[in-house]
Amino acid sequence: MQKRYTQTFSNNKIVAYLLSVVLLITAMLFAISIGTVSVPIFDIVRMIGSGLFGFSIEQVDPMYSNIVLNIRLPRVILAGLVGASLAIAGAAFQGLLRNPLADPYTLGVSSGASVGAVLTIFLNLSIPFLGEFTLPFLSIICSFLTMIIVLFFSQKIDRSMKVETIILTGVIFSSFLSAFISLMIALTGEELRQIIGWLLGSVSMRGWDYIQIILPFFIIGSLLVLVNANELNAMSFGEERAQHLGVNVQRRKLLVLTAGSILTGAAVTVSGTIGFVGLVIPHLTRLLWGPDHKHLLPLSILTGSSFLILADLVARTIITPTELPIGVITSLIGAPVFAIILVGSKRKERKR
Amino acid sequence: MLEIEQLYGGYDHDTVLKNVSFQVRKGELFGILGPNGSGKTTMLKMISGILPYKQGNIYLKGQPLKNYSTKQLAKVIAVLSQHTSEAFSYTVKETVSLGRYAHQRGFFNEWSKEDEVIVQEVMNWTGVASLQKQPIQLLSGGERQRVFLAQALAQEPEILLLDEPTNHLDLSYQKELLDLLKKWTREKELTVVSIFHDLNLAGLYCDRLLLMENGEVNRYDIPNEVLKQEIIENVYKTQIRKHSHPKVPAPQMVLLPESYYQARNEVKITKENIAVNHDYIVLKAPLSLRTMSSGVTGSGMGWHHTFVNRHVDKNYNSSDPREELGGFLKANGLEPSDTVGMMTAVYTEDVVYRLYEEDEFSVLVVVTAGVGNAVDVSKSNEQSYCLTPGTINTWLFINGELTDEAFIHSIVTATEAKVKVLHDRNIKDARTGTIATGTSTDSILIAATQKGKLLEYAGSITPLGKLIGKGVYECTEEAIRKSKERRERIYDS
Repeated sequence: MQKRYTQTFSNNKIVAYLLSVVLLITAMLFAISIGTVSVPIFDIVRMIGSGLFGFSIEQVDPMYSNIVLNIRLPRVILAGLVGASLAIAGAAFQGLLRNPLADPYTLGVSSGASVGAVLTIFLNLSIPFLGEFTLPFLSIICSFLTMIIVLFFSQKIDRSMKVETIILTGVIFSSFLSAFISLMIALTGEELRQIIGWLLGSVSMRGWDYIQIILPFFIIGSLLVLVNANELNAMSFGEERAQHLGVNVQRRKLLVLTAGSILTGAAVTVSGTIGFVGLVIPHLTRLLWGPDHKHLLPLSILTGSSFLILADLVARTIITPTELPIGVITSLIGAPVFAIILVGSKRKERKR
Repeated sequence: MLEIEQLYGGYDHDTVLKNVSFQVRKGELFGILGPNGSGKTTMLKMISGILPYKQGNIYLKGQPLKNYSTKQLAKVIAVLSQHTSEAFSYTVKETVSLGRYAHQRGFFNEWSKEDEVIVQEVMNWTGVASLQKQPIQLLSGGERQRVFLAQALAQEPEILLLDEPTNHLDLSYQKELLDLLKKWTREKELTVVSIFHDLNLAGLYCDRLLLMENGEVNRYDIPNEVLKQEIIENVYKTQIRKHSHPKVPAPQMVLLPESYYQARNEVKITKENIAVNHDYIVLKAPLSLRTMSSGVTGSGMGWHHTFVNRHVDKNYNSSDPREELGGFLKANGLEPSDTVGMMTAVYTEDVVYRLYEEDEFSVLVVVTAGVGNAVDVSKSNEQSYCLTPGTINTWLFINGELTDEAFIHSIVTATEAKVKVLHDRNIKDARTGTIATGTSTDSILIAATQKGKLLEYAGSITPLGKLIGKGVYECTEEAIRKSKERRERIYDS
């Protein structure tokens, strides 16, 4: 009896990865295929295969390849990267702050990025040589500045940087910066729609350039978080306990905070504030496959990207030709699903 | 193994510890005691490297503590804290596996075969192996404590620091845990430093103790030297009594409840408390008395409030008199566990009881006596053993507080008085023809209210001894006379 249980348990993780990968691939194929012009899935596979392995694509309609390679594929990949970044950052913050209700925006990093972006739109800024990339550039600079200021202040308040202090400082800075954004919105005239649109989040019409912006941050941030998986496990038992177990808490905390902020900042920069992904996906993954960060972090990446790809698909197809902001969809889907799962799991726990 | 030299330190500008020095030897179970806020936990935090100290030195295996990195330290010292919290529902095995963190190498902390072996081993030791797939949030407090102990042991530490390890454990697990720790100190040379709130557990298990008071060392010695009544009363600011453990040579402390001090002098056992029935004499005390007796039930030292001397036929024969007497007591509405019960062939009407009073204390003497099977104890090896109902039963009720030695003195003094009566009345051992010293089954009971005047001694020339000697002599003499008269009446008729 015991043995069989052990077997299912170890198989469990393989099943988890398989399911998540299958979900991701399926989501990508559907998202590329579905739209105002429907592209057959077989053609998509052939096109991607040609891109990767050099198959010939002569049989494919050039219109299809144009739509897929220049419009839908970058959009899907960007949605995936943003989803993945937010999900892994959320998982890291939740583990570090020992709070399943923390999300990547807890530290105020997203507000910082938003201030940068809104400021760009509001003042119609355009830095020479950067052109249309002024917004992501300023936005990411602002998010880093916010992170540094928040960490600096929490260290000033409390040298050991207790998580409670960090959360509090983050919340204070978040509301402070939000007030700034509100101020700019109140003062603005014509750019209102543009600002609101950006704030609600979108991955449309960004192209390959934005993927180039987020990709390096995603890789660096994810790696930094992934190598700290074990430390995150230890730290979810409390910082003192982690130190007793041999974790250099101060350094690891700083590493994870930095990595999480990089991921969040980059994601907000390319797509605006997209809510609920960073909160729900790690939570959902934890409920399904357990809290061990060694698996939770990679699984969150896979699930997060699938989720955002599907959310984007819904956002642009549900009432065509109008595109809904993706942040609305994530919240509309995320919140009820989250509530159902939470109620279910609590009931299960109580039954035992 | 662990040396602490003139340690000062605390939180921010608060100095909690002042000039603390002690050493812990390898393979020792070292206990830290002290009232709340005396700095025990603070010190443990400093030793485990959580809290920096301001002045002084901590040497671990001869090296200053500051030379150890967090990871190196975790391989030497493991900690089991008082409070453990976990935000997420890890399984037992995942939790225990984290103990291997400091031993893992490589960028992604690869899990080796050795890690797995150790984790399984410590889970077996602590008895949580069968729970390993369960999430810890569903475990009971005691089970969780054992899971975290397993986690600490998975670190393969040389020193284990414990902050009140028995906190959430029930009685049997407290004992089991400490037995286990004691065993490991002996077999694996594990060094254990533990904070205790329970002085008795500390006294039972620790090799040496450190008693802290207001951040300073009050005592640092073996348990018997630290756990002294005056020291503990002073440090903990409460009233206690020290006793020795009944089975092992360890000091034990007992608390005195507030009610002990109330109604100190109001209780007095007098003749009013005695009722003589046809088949038994009973004395009911208004409160439990401290007793030392050789009765059939309630014998030895104890607390009892009912005392019965039952008349039985001289041919009384029972294979289990204790059981039989218990049944008799219950039939008469008395609780055997609260009762000191004796038996005699003497008729209950022949009982003699008198109250002897002195300044601030008094003694009620109750005697039933018959000398049918009088024995000279110096020649008793010639007697064959047979248990017959006791024939001189002496009860002493003392209205005063007696020390343990006074109880023993009382027995000696009462016995001497009894022997003197037999001698003066020239009562002979039927078999040897010499003067008897008692009968073959005499019983005695000393019961004290433990309130009022403290009577430390009861030797023959102390105030209490004088009263006992006089009382027992007079009562025994009269009781023997009465029973003799009855026998003569029976012969006459």
